[in-house]
This record gives sequence, structure tokens and C-alpha cells, in this order.
Amino acid sequence: MSKQVSQRVQRAGAISREEQSIAPLISHKARIGGASARIPGARMLTSYFVLHLQALVFSLGRMWRNPFSSFMTIAVIGIALALPSGLHVILKNVQGISSGWENATQISLFLKSEVADEQALNLARDLETMPEISSVKFLSSTDALDEFRQLSGFGDALNALDENPLPSLLIVQPASEFSAPARVGHLLDRLRTHSEVDIAQLDMEWIKRLYALMEIGRRGVLVLAAILAMAVLLIVGNTIRLAIQNRRDEIEVQKLIGATDAFIRRPFLYSGVWHGVLGALIAWMLVAISLWLLNGPVHRLSMLYDSNFRLGSLGFGASALLLTTGIFLGLLGAWAAVGKHLREIEPG
Amino acid sequence: MLQFNNVGKRYPGGHEALNGITMSLEQGEMAFLTGHSGAGKSTLLKLIALIERASSGQIIVNGKNLMRIGRRGIPYIRRKIGVIFQNNKLLYDRTVFDNVALPLVICGHHHREIQRRVRAALDKVGLLDKERQAPVSLSGGEQQRVGIARAVVNRPLLLLADEPTGNLDPDLSREIMNLFEQFNQVGVTVLIATHDIDLISGMGHRRLILDHGRLIDRSPGH
Repeated sequence: MSKQVSQRVQRAGAISREEQSIAPLISHKARIGGASARIPGARMLTSYFVLHLQALVFSLGRMWRNPFSSFMTIAVIGIALALPSGLHVILKNVQGISSGWENATQISLFLKSEVADEQALNLARDLETMPEISSVKFLSSTDALDEFRQLSGFGDALNALDENPLPSLLIVQPASEFSAPARVGHLLDRLRTHSEVDIAQLDMEWIKRLYALMEIGRRGVLVLAAILAMAVLLIVGNTIRLAIQNRRDEIEVQKLIGATDAFIRRPFLYSGVWHGVLGALIAWMLVAISLWLLNGPVHRLSMLYDSNFRLGSLGFGASALLLTTGIFLGLLGAWAAVGKHLREIEPG
Repeated sequence: MLQFNNVGKRYPGGHEALNGITMSLEQGEMAFLTGHSGAGKSTLLKLIALIERASSGQIIVNGKNLMRIGRRGIPYIRRKIGVIFQNNKLLYDRTVFDNVALPLVICGHHHREIQRRVRAALDKVGLLDKERQAPVSLSGGEQQRVGIARAVVNRPLLLLADEPTGNLDPDLSREIMNLFEQFNQVGVTVLIATHDIDLISGMGHRRLILDHGRLIDRSPGH
């Protein structure tokens, strides 16, 4: 046995001497004196990419070898990312609907009773020239009374009155770019200053309230997103911490044979990135499936309102943001775990 | 190649593992480090591989003063030293090939280069036909040879072995020692810590004898 081995060694030695490329032990003399184990120049750059590619594939391979536990972790990350994403989509849809309502914002100008119809028409014409206003409709007190008589059913009671109790009315439709709550309020204040105007009233006060509510909703989604982002950080951090502890022996051996901290760190960081990417993918699918399930009933409801509204989905921008957030959180969580735990492992 | 100047190692708590060690190994020399267990053999090897840091004195490996190597420089020193452990420290979740390839992977070598060098190293230790096997399926002597292949695959200037034959029977032990001699013959400096005096007495290399942390004899072995 021993003879056999030494023969093999000699044979290998002979091969090495013939072929320089596999002469690992002959070339020592050339490497002595300032020779460095670092690889110079362009080769260092390629080997840098080779190392990164290896870590990228290697870390995915490790997750693949534990498919069940990997999937569980990724699914939890996916759910945590899906919640704020889904709420974001719902908020976007509500905003979409309410922006359609903005154009329905109207200002009613109730004129003083002494204002004659010609005066009112003049005012209407003046107002229509303002850039903030798209149209003005005049409703005289007589017209208003007729309309009220028809709609209210108090016809006979109204006939008993000596004079028309209703004021003339100008219905002002603001130009679309001035219909946002803040700007329309400004316009309302200006219209109030006209001497003919008794009461100026914004019909859509409730839009302001809706906007205020939606602002609360937006804040709420941001707060929730921040909290769940922390949860994702902790999940990834803990997963990587466990992975480091499971690979304690391997890390020790790698350090013993000259692995740099960066080399040992790399697969763990990429593992964090993979968790983030796959978690974001699951989140995206969860949101898409939920929207798909909601779309039918929502469409039926909107048809009842004579609307052709359909639920919007996660757009390209939001999807990209979801993915980058996943990658960022995965990397950050892994970085925190690696920074804390890798140094503790030293061969001894 | 390797030089110790008045090196001491004191562990926290006051235990003095090594004291006033002064010795040197020439390029291409082979030597044995012997002594009773607890004499400081392992500690001395660990100082060279920077697994432990010396408390005093100076260690120079291949012209580099190890005292001046910072934490970040350690990996680059270790890459030029092949270390073989008694329990061989293989990774049991990978094949023989992947174990031997590890030092090259760490340095970022190209795949083809890795394959060529790993095959050459496995061929040297006579395990080329077992490259696809898991280390657990190999015998103790074969596992130790995988460890040796891993230690030499990166063309180290210096080979350190800590009780490489500790778990092996005499025949296998002799085989392993022959292997070290083969590497020494092509220019590698070899330092082997062992307590197996019978095994090395006939080999004719220099013996460094440690006794309670001190070097007591540097004469050639009987």
C-alpha cells in the first residue's frame, strides 16, 4: 500500500515536472521573496466577479437544499411586505376615485334678495372671465321657486306666500386645476367679498374631510410599512444568524486556510439578498391575487353606480420599489447579523 | 524560511505555554517537533499559522515579521502556509474534490485552473479516483491524505502538520510520513509535530524537542 502511494507520488511528480501548469511545488523558488498570495491586476478583477458569482449561486443552492424552511422564511417576509403594498394599492385606488369627484366641486353663491336679475347676470358674466372659473350658471329666484315647487311637493303652501322667499343663485364651477380643496377654498374667500353675494358655500366640504381621512390612511400605511420593515430586518437577521451558527465549523476551516472576512461574509449577504428578492416576489403575487379576487365584486359595485371603475394593480414603479425595498432590507438584515456574529468565530 | 527569536506565549491566567524559543528552519528543510503532551508543540505551530499570537519575541515566516501582521493581513499569511491537523478538519457536507478545492476557491481562481490543480494534488496523495466521494466514506488514512492534498493544493512554501499520524496505525503513519518526505524533496519546508518517536527515529531529519515550553535539544535525531 505504502509503496503504491509513493509510486503514485513519484509519477505525479514526473507529470508535474513535464507540465509547468500542474507543477504546484516546483515553482516555489520563483514565488519566494515578496511573492504575495494576492492576485494582481486584471486577474484580480475577474476573480472578484468570479467570487461574487460563486457566492450568488452558492447561497441560492444552500437555500434550495432546505426548501421547506427557506420557503417558510421567505413566505413570512412576503406577507410582511404584502401588507403595506396592498394597502398602498387600495389607497391609490381611493385617490383615483376621489380625483374624479374633484371636478364635481361646485360653489353656490346665494345672492342678496335686493339684487336684480340683470345685476346677477352681469356678475355671472364677470365671474366667467376669471381664469379660476370654468363656468357660471344663473338660477333666478323665480326659477328656483319653480324647481322647489316641483321637487318638494309643497306647491300649495308656497302659493300661499306673498313673496318669493328664495334667493337668486349662481352656481360656479371652478376650473379643473383650481378644484383641489386648498385652492378652491381660496377662490371661495374671494367670491365672498362681492357685495351682491349673501352666502358663498362650497358644496363639497366633505371632500376636504375625505382628503384628511386619506392623509391619515397614507400616514397609517407608512407607519405600518416602517414597522413591518423592522420585522423583515429581524426575520432576515435571525435567519442569517442561525445559518452562521450552523456553519460554525465551516467558517472556522475557511478562516484557517486563508479566507478573508469578505469571502466568508459574501454568501451570507447574498443569502439575505435572495430572501429579500424572493420575499418581494411572493408579496407581489399575494397583492396581485388579492386584487384579482376583489376585482369582480368591485366592478359589480361600480356598475351599480353607473361607473366603469376597475381596481388598479401595483404599477411598474410600485413593483420596482417593492423589489428594491426587499433587496435593501434583506441585505441590511444580513449585514447586521454577519457583522455581529462572524467575528466571534475564530479558529483556536 | 522560518525563524523564531526568543518567542514566548503566555495565556491569560498566567500559564506559560512557550518560553524563550529561538530556532530557525532553512528553505527546503524538514524537521520534527517532539515532546511530551502539553509541552507546547501545538501552540508553536499555532503561532506560525497565526491561530494564536505570540506574547513576546519575534517570528519571521518567509521574510515577513508576523508581529506586524494585523487582523486583515492574517488570511494572506495563511494562504502561503499549508496546515494539516490531527482531526484533519474536513468539511463533511462536500465531496473530496470540493474540500481540496477550497483554498483555491478562496483565492478566486478560475474554474479550469482549480480543476487542474485539485486533480494534481489528489493524484499526489493517491486519491484521484475518489474525488467525487464524501469524506465520511473514506478511511482515516485516506481522510488524512485529503487534508494533506488540501494543504498543498495552493503551493504553500511551508507545510505544518500537527500530529498528522495521531489516529493512524503504524503502516498508514509511515505512508503519510513518506508523503511529507516527497513534498520536502520538491522544495517545500516541512515542520511536523509528533510524539511518535519510533516512527521518526529512522528518518534522519532534525528534531526540535520541547519540554515544558522550552526548546531543549536541536541535535539531529538519533
